[in-house]
Amino acid sequence: MKNEIALEAKSIFKSFYDPVKYDVLKDISFTINRGEFVSITGKSGCGKSTLLYVLSTLDTDYSGELLIDNQSVTNKLENELASVRNEKIGFVFQFHYLLNEFSVLRNVMLPGFKSNRFSEEELEHNAFELLKKLGIEKLAKKMAHKISGGEKQRVAIARAMINNPLILMCDEPTGNLDNKNTEIVFEIFKDLINSFDKSILVVTHDQKFADQTQRTIIMEDGRIIASSGIIY
Amino acid sequence: MKNKHIFEIAWALLMSRSKQTLVAAIGVTFSVAFFISLLGFMEGINKLLDGFFLNRTPHIRLFNDVKPSANQPIDMDSTYSGYHNFLSSIKPAQARKEIYNVESIIKKLNSDNRVYGVASKVTAQAFYNLGNIELNGIINGIDVIQEAKLFNFSDYVFEGNFVDLNNKQNSIILGQGVADKILAKKNDLIQITTINGEQFSLKVIGFFQSGNAEIDKVQSYVSLGTCQKLLGKPSSYINDIQIKLNDMSLAPAIAKEYEQLFKIDAEDMQTTNAQFETGSSARTIISYAVGIVLLIVAGFGIYNILNMMIYEKMDTIAILKATGFSNADVKKIFVTISLSIGLGGALAGALVGLFFSGIIDLIPFNSRAAPRIDTYPVDYGIQYYSIAVSFAVITTYFAGWFPARKASSVDPVEIIRGK
Repeated sequence: MKNEIALEAKSIFKSFYDPVKYDVLKDISFTINRGEFVSITGKSGCGKSTLLYVLSTLDTDYSGELLIDNQSVTNKLENELASVRNEKIGFVFQFHYLLNEFSVLRNVMLPGFKSNRFSEEELEHNAFELLKKLGIEKLAKKMAHKISGGEKQRVAIARAMINNPLILMCDEPTGNLDNKNTEIVFEIFKDLINSFDKSILVVTHDQKFADQTQRTIIMEDGRIIASSGIIY
Repeated sequence: MKNKHIFEIAWALLMSRSKQTLVAAIGVTFSVAFFISLLGFMEGINKLLDGFFLNRTPHIRLFNDVKPSANQPIDMDSTYSGYHNFLSSIKPAQARKEIYNVESIIKKLNSDNRVYGVASKVTAQAFYNLGNIELNGIINGIDVIQEAKLFNFSDYVFEGNFVDLNNKQNSIILGQGVADKILAKKNDLIQITTINGEQFSLKVIGFFQSGNAEIDKVQSYVSLGTCQKLLGKPSSYINDIQIKLNDMSLAPAIAKEYEQLFKIDAEDMQTTNAQFETGSSARTIISYAVGIVLLIVAGFGIYNILNMMIYEKMDTIAILKATGFSNADVKKIFVTISLSIGLGGALAGALVGLFFSGIIDLIPFNSRAAPRIDTYPVDYGIQYYSIAVSFAVITTYFAGWFPARKASSVDPVEIIRGK
């Protein structure tokens, strides 16, 4: 299980053309194994977030090849990509993006509505178990806008997990959190890897956070310059 | 993706902008309500006006017209048969106004299953005597029972019972205009002079108001027998057969057929009253146009509100797409929002429309043209309700479709990176 590849990028290039041609990603190749906790760091503007959105299939404007779960997702149709994201990728962003009109529980269940793999009761049960795991089950019935920032981020993690994805992709997941909540989120991530065997890819500029992950990819000017201290 | 969840998300978005949603729905409600009440009212008026005319107009009239023969002697002469003959100043020959063989014609008509009913009629010219003044008049001898059945004769008779024409000897129902001129009251005896110079006294048993004052100033009604007596003719004398058909639209074809069959002149109502349908349909088209414009305006309201909603709910759209909702799902959600506003507004509008129609129906309306009606006429036909509701739903579908397409093309990366 440990050495199975969850995600593989093969020489990915990406350029912006506005206002002038500018290469954001240059020849990015790496793999993430199952159960691996990987962080990408680098200075602002080095292309780390852009890379994450390419890897997450949200951004399809790149060259090179991307494989998720050993299947190429390059050049797939929009709705096929949508179901890949739905089933295999969980997202945690800096902002929580919870739907204020829904309760915490419904928010967690939301990606499950799309995948339709479980009945509503099962889904609700799964969502509640996840919330329990993250220690926020007592918030389940509350409306999403009535809980604190740290709690919102934990709900967002639960939402990312509801479809039992292969890989969790996080863009500055602790960017808006204080030290205590950052620690909680980190512990949750570690726990997810240990008990669910998820892969986690975190883009962060929080060096302390990155140092605690299993592997750190350092980017500069659109290239990977180091991986866990190994200079390319 | 279950529809139930599409509805759930759509409903949540709706509720988050409940005030604007309500305003948009009220827009649809009023459009539908006005559409329904306007058309119902217009059609009520149309039916009333058409009724004035249709109720009193036979679909086909059989009579002997005064006109020159179509077969002039020169055409029968073999010498000139190959020529084109020009004749001027042809005069019609003295022809009898009465219809030959009335009994067998009526028998034949009654056995035709396209015919709803037949009423025979005798018309006599006469003068109403008022001292030494003589007023022009037309006395219609009618088959009272048939006339009432086919042409709603009873609707136009007031102060008296029309059946008395049959029951009382030498009785007459005077046109309102005539009665006013000769100051006749009910049960008065009036004098009339026929064109042959004979004088008769007739007893007034009621008055007649057709809605057309010109007609009422001239015409009066008596029974067939009385009229034949005025003319000094036998009881077989009939100069007009009025036919009502089951299907009015067949009149021109059947008129032609009867013309051939009975060797008589036949006139269908479509030919003699071409202007009539034009007016009706023009009024209907105008009211439909106004109603549809109202609905389109309401559609723009929905379009506007959905556009605003999309800008406000960019985050929601972005996260839905990031977590795997496809463009089609997002489009469905916004079309559902729009359709719910449309359908909810339209159904409420149907009820409000019914209410408005009810109010119009209560407004007093007194017209000399419509003696039997005292409030505005309204047509409650189900078709206006279904047209209004379905058109409202179609309009809102399109009003929602364009914003929905916009929502589905939102790039989540732009939204998420912008935070």
